[in-house]
Amino acid sequence: MTPSEQLPPPDQTSTEPQPDSVKDPSIAAGHSRRVFLFKLALAVNGVVGFVLAIPIIGYLLGPALKKTAADNSWINLGPLSDFPEGETRLVNYRNPITTEWDGQTGDIPCWVRRVSGETFQVFAINCAHLGCPVRWFAQSKLFLCPCHGGAYYADGARASGPPERGLFEYTHKISSGALLISAGRMPTLANEAKNVTPLIQIETRIEGSPAARLSATDQPQPRCSSCQT
Amino acid sequence: MPDLKQRGLEVYNWFEARLGLGAPLIEVAEHEVPSNTASWWYVFGSAATVIFVLQIMTGILLALVYAPTASNAWNSLQFLDHNVRLGWFLRAMHGWGSDFMVAIVLIHMVQVFLFGAYKFPRELTWIIGVFLLLLTLGMAFTGQVLRFDQDAYWGLGIGASILSRVPLIGGPLVGLMLGGPIIAGNTLSRFFALHVFVIPGTLIAMVGMHVWMVLRLGINDYPMPGRLVKKSTYQQEYHELEKKTGIPFVPDAAWKDAAFAAAIMLAVIGCALWFGPFGPSGQPDPTIIQTAPKPDYFFLWLYAVLAYLPPSLETPVLFIMPVIGIAALILLPLLSGEGEKHVSRRPAAVLIVTVLAVSLGIFTHLGTYTPWSPIMNAWTSDPIPVSYLHNRTPLEREGALVLQNKQCRNCHSIGGEGGLRGPALDAVAGHMTEDQIIRQVLQGGGNMPAYGNALNPSETTALVKFLTTLRGNELQPAIDASRHVVSASANAPQPTDSQQTKETR
Repeated sequence: MTPSEQLPPPDQTSTEPQPDSVKDPSIAAGHSRRVFLFKLALAVNGVVGFVLAIPIIGYLLGPALKKTAADNSWINLGPLSDFPEGETRLVNYRNPITTEWDGQTGDIPCWVRRVSGETFQVFAINCAHLGCPVRWFAQSKLFLCPCHGGAYYADGARASGPPERGLFEYTHKISSGALLISAGRMPTLANEAKNVTPLIQIETRIEGSPAARLSATDQPQPRCSSCQT
Repeated sequence: MPDLKQRGLEVYNWFEARLGLGAPLIEVAEHEVPSNTASWWYVFGSAATVIFVLQIMTGILLALVYAPTASNAWNSLQFLDHNVRLGWFLRAMHGWGSDFMVAIVLIHMVQVFLFGAYKFPRELTWIIGVFLLLLTLGMAFTGQVLRFDQDAYWGLGIGASILSRVPLIGGPLVGLMLGGPIIAGNTLSRFFALHVFVIPGTLIAMVGMHVWMVLRLGINDYPMPGRLVKKSTYQQEYHELEKKTGIPFVPDAAWKDAAFAAAIMLAVIGCALWFGPFGPSGQPDPTIIQTAPKPDYFFLWLYAVLAYLPPSLETPVLFIMPVIGIAALILLPLLSGEGEKHVSRRPAAVLIVTVLAVSLGIFTHLGTYTPWSPIMNAWTSDPIPVSYLHNRTPLEREGALVLQNKQCRNCHSIGGEGGLRGPALDAVAGHMTEDQIIRQVLQGGGNMPAYGNALNPSETTALVKFLTTLRGNELQPAIDASRHVVSASANAPQPTDSQQTKETR
């Protein structure tokens, strides 16, 4: 360090411990006032922080607090003639809530099964295990998942593999000759699982007495004790 | 020349008089460390830091071109790979850098564990290191999402599906993760914010604390069997060791760190040049379902675990195991802060590391070829070996057609080709009777779907007839042992009865 530089010498801090003896006593007298003002200022900052936190947390949690019903709306999948009876077809739709910059991610596929006449089933593409895209194999009448090998029967019931339940189903209706589904949110166990008992699926949409329902459920699933493990 | 040197010194002094950082930094660099810490085992921490700096630099360079929107991210990666000069190389460096960083952080952690370096007084250094590992894994996962391709899209789906299993608040958590009702633009934006701002910022702060504590508390002295750590005496012993055997960290100890860091950087460059960048795989278009999503290398073990867990155990294991694991890592130095450091006197430590390494290694290896996944095109691409069709009746050959046409091959291999989800069928008739095969095909069970609805009676007959011809190297066909007993007892009921009564007595 050049001595000509007019900078505080580095050892200045060591002289600081005894300034009180030199200082004006009035400076020390004002100490408690300044401590109080500092604490007051801190308290004001705390209030400001709290006021700020409300909109920030609201902004952050916005997407978490939305109800499923608010996202879902009726989507037209096309005229009934698009769906031959007894076949299961892949249909793409544009999600009702999208932005311009969502690009291809706003297009969602689903499996439409026309059982007969006006009886339909519309399955989500997402495997009930971990959401991978299931594929339909018409020959063996199975949906297979490429990720961990979950398998489902034609009616969406669990056949084998790691899924705990059958495929997620969209609510659908037929209106002026077209098939409509209620969709908008990615189906997961959190928003779809509640109305389904794991591993055992009985069609609830069929009208009539319990006995009629049971007899109407096509394709009763053969089960054995080892299937359920 | 001396004039120039004098000039340089003056410039340095001008800055030093104002900044005052040079002298303390030199002091830190030259501080004495016990000579036994100058070990090749002690180079991983600094190497991880060097790679972290590489990741920050390559990351900033990639961010100059990358477009973090769902509609353009994939295209901008293609642009980086093909239209930006050396863009592919930077992507490759960043990708390989990430793999090397995870690997070196893990090696560093294992080394610290086996050397007992987490013990008093370095408990907090270890605890912060645990968070550094979690943050590094967080960087790896969010980085994989930013490579916004098919794997990233469905990987997000897997992440959302896992979160949705959280009891009570699963739904809101999924919304929080996706930033909207589906995997889309908002999802990518928030992972971009996490990968570029939140996690790196936290990482830098924590790396700073980690290094600060290493400097403050000293590098862990090389363990000696029998030299126990005691809270009352350790600091004094360490200072004595420092005084007795101290060498300046730079350059006497640091040359090994520098040499290893250079070797690692060369390895990253080599991998980047030789193997190139990771992906991107197909476009992030959910309507293209012909895909088999897979996570990046360091998450393959988790992918495998999720395939093998029984359904009923999956949710508990997913949420209880990580909590236990992280809690154990954090509590480790607090519960075992004293005592033996040397690995030869800590068999439990060696056992834990071995078991974890072997299981993670096995699961990762399984994850590389996913035997649990059906091979979706096996039924149209893998032929039945000709020898299995020789000398077969027309009905049996028809059965081979049924086997092919009903996608059995997607899960069952024949002649070494086909899926590995179910057992190979080459010798199925050697251990299953015709009746058992019929029952298994029609009713399924043991992780096989029931085919009762997908096969008509004649198809079933043909298929089963074909399967009964598959006996490997001409093994004896399986027989029903009970038939034998029944027929024997029908012929001679008396002796069996007397035998049974004898046994019961």
